Amino acid sequence: MKKISCREAIREALFEEMARDQDVVLIGEDLGCYGGCFQVTAGLIERFGTHQVIETPVSEEAIVGVAVGAAMMGMRPIVEIMYGDFSTLASDPLINHAAKMRFLSAGKLSVPLVYRTPMGSGTGAAAQHTQSLESVFTNIPGLKIVYPSTPYDLKGLLKSAVRDPDPVLFFEHKLYGVEDLIPEEEYLIEIGKGDIKRQGADVSIITYGKTVFTAMEAARLLEADEISAEVLDVRTLRPLDTDLILQSVSKTGRAVVVHEAPTFGGFAGEIVATIVGDRRAFGALKVSVERVCGLEMPTPFNKHLELALQPSVERIVDTVTHMFTSSV
Amino acid sequence: MDFTFNSAQAHAALTLMLTIRLFESKIESLFSSHIMHGTTHLAIGQEAVHAGVSPALDREDWIVTTHRCHGHTLAKGASLKAAFAEFFGYSDGLAHGLGGSMHLVDVEHHNAGSSAVVGSGVPLATGMALQLKRKKSNQLVVALFGDGASSRGAVHESMNIASVMSLPVLFLCEHNMYGMSACAKDMVSVEYISDRGNAYAIESTVVDGNDVEQVYKAVSDAAHYIRSTGKPYLLETRTYRFSGHSKSDKRVYRTREEEVAWLKRDPIEMLKQRMLQRTYIDEKDFEKLGQNIQCEIDNIVDEMIDHPRQLSIEEAFSYVYSSKEHGQL
Repeated sequence: MKKISCREAIREALFEEMARDQDVVLIGEDLGCYGGCFQVTAGLIERFGTHQVIETPVSEEAIVGVAVGAAMMGMRPIVEIMYGDFSTLASDPLINHAAKMRFLSAGKLSVPLVYRTPMGSGTGAAAQHTQSLESVFTNIPGLKIVYPSTPYDLKGLLKSAVRDPDPVLFFEHKLYGVEDLIPEEEYLIEIGKGDIKRQGADVSIITYGKTVFTAMEAARLLEADEISAEVLDVRTLRPLDTDLILQSVSKTGRAVVVHEAPTFGGFAGEIVATIVGDRRAFGALKVSVERVCGLEMPTPFNKHLELALQPSVERIVDTVTHMFTSSV
Repeated sequence: MDFTFNSAQAHAALTLMLTIRLFESKIESLFSSHIMHGTTHLAIGQEAVHAGVSPALDREDWIVTTHRCHGHTLAKGASLKAAFAEFFGYSDGLAHGLGGSMHLVDVEHHNAGSSAVVGSGVPLATGMALQLKRKKSNQLVVALFGDGASSRGAVHESMNIASVMSLPVLFLCEHNMYGMSACAKDMVSVEYISDRGNAYAIESTVVDGNDVEQVYKAVSDAAHYIRSTGKPYLLETRTYRFSGHSKSDKRVYRTREEEVAWLKRDPIEMLKQRMLQRTYIDEKDFEKLGQNIQCEIDNIVDEMIDHPRQLSIEEAFSYVYSSKEHGQL
């Protein structure tokens, strides 16, 4: 095992896949000598050259459209868009083209594209650089959506995304410096499989991305109150590992869904519907399912306000504690 | 004009243009008699562009079309049967009935299909060219778009990218004077869209889009330029959409006088007159050619109406993702 940061884990996945297959190509802005906005691609152009690292003008819509077209011709493009917020600009090639090419060509064309972009707040970058827009895309058949948390998951899932024949949206949180142990040897993680990050018996905290760390901290604090919290990292939003969610909730009888995006219309609603739509899990519920998500506001610049928007350790602990005091 | 078709080229072009005209006329009648459902965008009057583009390319070159894609699809090689079947939504249609009029795709003939989002096929074509270049292929990609799409940011972004990366793209503007109801003179800042090539350091020219020989020559020259320099090219063809935008269009935004003036420049009639002059054909041959094509089309459609064949919903699911198990998440 070796200790590695989220940033290094992503970079290792890129490095290994690019070395394995020359058709794996990075496309995006400032990802050459500058190393990318978050320094994820640093050093790759020196190793792989402009044949596999293609720097582009500031043209998000065309960059992603170009990647879709290149993928149709056999490239395995990995597009980096600096901030997830700019996915609005890339939404036409992703939603109207990448997601539908296989369908509209009755299987004759495919788009093996990876769309990498960081989401989320906590950076003081204000309303247009901090959003979590995953639910804009989770309602689109034809797309796969991955949102890992740990270095181990980031590396294994990114490598699988690159090899996947379908378009994969790979959302990253911005805690690029967080470190963890990963194996020395090569490994892959199957897209569509969740992971129990912490075993527990009394409540399932279901989440993904950055808030996995928040949930883990909350679970540690809850232990002091003798509440055993299970933390379930879904890792992939589409396809969603509903079996794992239902299994966990059927066991604990309590569920809290956590994400950074605002509650209303957010992906947590899909997870809640999954739970209450299943006879066994619904029957196991001892108390209503809760959501701890972002507040309904554009991200403010002011640090105190920005932090107030996010699902905090305290909010999760309070919500869980309340579930026990109010249960019958 | 220096360039002229020889007899065989002229006959091929005339046959193709008549086939496209009669195909679209049949489609129009099937929609007006409510036999076909959905919508359709005809390009009657633009056949010289269809017959001037794909036949001037190498077979291996790719095209990316628009929502007004019938003529280019047939010109690139699609069979009448597969095209009609797609309009009927049948499983033996070009896209197995999943796409319809706006999404004719024909990978075997290197037609990557159309984006029905105006202008959005252009970045795709640019990306296809990027990968072809990486693979050291000699093929080029034609990005078709109209005067309406010329206002889309993605089109401008793509031209800039193709220029800075030196990509083998033929940006081909099929200027038919109207984007839906909006007249180009009110919507496009320049008289000639080809002038915009200057903004991206892309060589460009404009030709009469109703003159199939001019279009063919210009596309051949552009393809030669792209292959020899590795750079993109912008070609504008000026033509006119005799039909309305879609099946429900009453054409209230233009005068009948304007239409009559353009009808005098019917591309099929223009080619026919030249062929009569050059004694490549006589009136009787022309009439016979039209009758034969009409007969073929009528037979295909008559057979189809009686024999519907459709994908099951399970079969349709199999095209959403590469793996069937993801088909119904």
